[in-house]
Amino acid sequence: MNTILQPRANENLESSFVSDHIIVAENLRAYYGSFLAVKDVNIGIHPRSITAIIGPSGCGKSTLIRCFNRMHEVVHGAKVTGKILLDGEDIYAPSVDPVNIRCRIGMVFQKPNPFPTMSIMENVVAGRKLTSLWSKRSEMEEIAERSLRQAALWNEVKDKLRQSGTSLSGGQQQRLCIARALAVEPEVILMDEPCSALDPVATLKIEDLMRGLAKDFTIVIVTHNMQQAGRVSDMTAFMLMGDDRAGAVVEYGRTDQIFTNPKDKRTEDYITGRFG
Amino acid sequence: MPRQDFERHLQTLQEELLVLGSMVEEAISRSTEALKNRNLALARQVIADDLNINQKRYDIEEMCIELIATQQPLARDLRIIIAVLNMIVDLERIGDHAEGNAKIAIMIGDEPPLKPYIDIPRMTEKTNEMLRAALDAFIKRDAEAARRVIAQDDVVDNLYDQVFRELLTYMAEDPKTINRATRLIWVAHNLERSADRVTNICERTIFVITGQVEEEGVSKY
Repeated sequence: MNTILQPRANENLESSFVSDHIIVAENLRAYYGSFLAVKDVNIGIHPRSITAIIGPSGCGKSTLIRCFNRMHEVVHGAKVTGKILLDGEDIYAPSVDPVNIRCRIGMVFQKPNPFPTMSIMENVVAGRKLTSLWSKRSEMEEIAERSLRQAALWNEVKDKLRQSGTSLSGGQQQRLCIARALAVEPEVILMDEPCSALDPVATLKIEDLMRGLAKDFTIVIVTHNMQQAGRVSDMTAFMLMGDDRAGAVVEYGRTDQIFTNPKDKRTEDYITGRFG
Repeated sequence: MPRQDFERHLQTLQEELLVLGSMVEEAISRSTEALKNRNLALARQVIADDLNINQKRYDIEEMCIELIATQQPLARDLRIIIAVLNMIVDLERIGDHAEGNAKIAIMIGDEPPLKPYIDIPRMTEKTNEMLRAALDAFIKRDAEAARRVIAQDDVVDNLYDQVFRELLTYMAEDPKTINRATRLIWVAHNLERSADRVTNICERTIFVITGQVEEEGVSKY
């Protein structure tokens, strides 16, 4: 008996199936005030791989990943119950500094958001300057170059590092934001619809970049674009809002399996466009 | 229900597959009839009609490619289209076997038959019965029915053995029959191969339903 498609070649993923997860959500529930937005999520994120979270609007995808780096609690009245373990440690434990968690788990947003008054160089190292990761100027330059190279932007900006970050194209700005996240040397990068404001060419560049980054980093991406989830991710989680309006993970598995042979009828209906 | 247009295209695709199936079925019946009745005009017709079978296969292939390119099918939709892409290759090949048998009918021409044709028409009937049931199982998404068709391949294999043994006896007894007997073995062989191709179609139906490509028992030939 053969499987239908060979899994994407990702040695990290293969080995991670026998190793621990880098992030584990246990009985996770996220609230906005008394409103339960995400309920009972139990998933493990494999290290050095890309996990896509897909699902219709309002199903709690963004809320879920914002719980992963304690961004959810920034919203007034928002709270989380259950556990999120990063390398086995509960990130919601009282002794944990959320700023430290956000350095270890960086985030890139839907719309590229470079700091408008800062140069390209200043943007890249802004995260380090704002945290305790302050370094000498020469060190900062090294870090900026390394981060921009990792974000596949160095060759396009190396001669204009003093120019404003907003002078770049949309795709370049998004890669600048990725470089900014990389500069604080995170273990995990969360991406919330990182390509939805970009044209197809810029989108494919970001996707290529993500595949490269997944050799060293763990990436969790929220996307509305199922083809994108299929192209880039190793694992896919499908979320859906229940009758109680709380989002839950319906199915979580290898991307090739989810896209060719999903087990749950609701997943099948959604990815074949028969939802609703 | 969203995707009505895509649903319609998917439906049409499967209807076209059935049309191809019936064209192939007719080619199988007619080639055996041409042989049995020494009807050379009918044999020539089967050969000419094979071009239509080939064309139909390419038309369906084009529909599949267009659906993949424009509709980005996933999950079961994708499996259906991939299954159809595979099935049309098998169907076209069965058509080629029928065409081959029509050519043999022409080669044999007016020569008197070695013996009354009994097992070859039986093989023809059984192969066509399997073909109809295989396509029916696909349309009904019935994996069990597909497996039952696969099991029937043994019947065709046994008939082939019988034809082979019998013709071998003729050849051993009278070397003058070798020419005609060998040609009839080719005919039986083409039918046996056709039935094997039908089992491939059934395996694709099982793939659509389970998502797994299964080798369902190994054919004797």
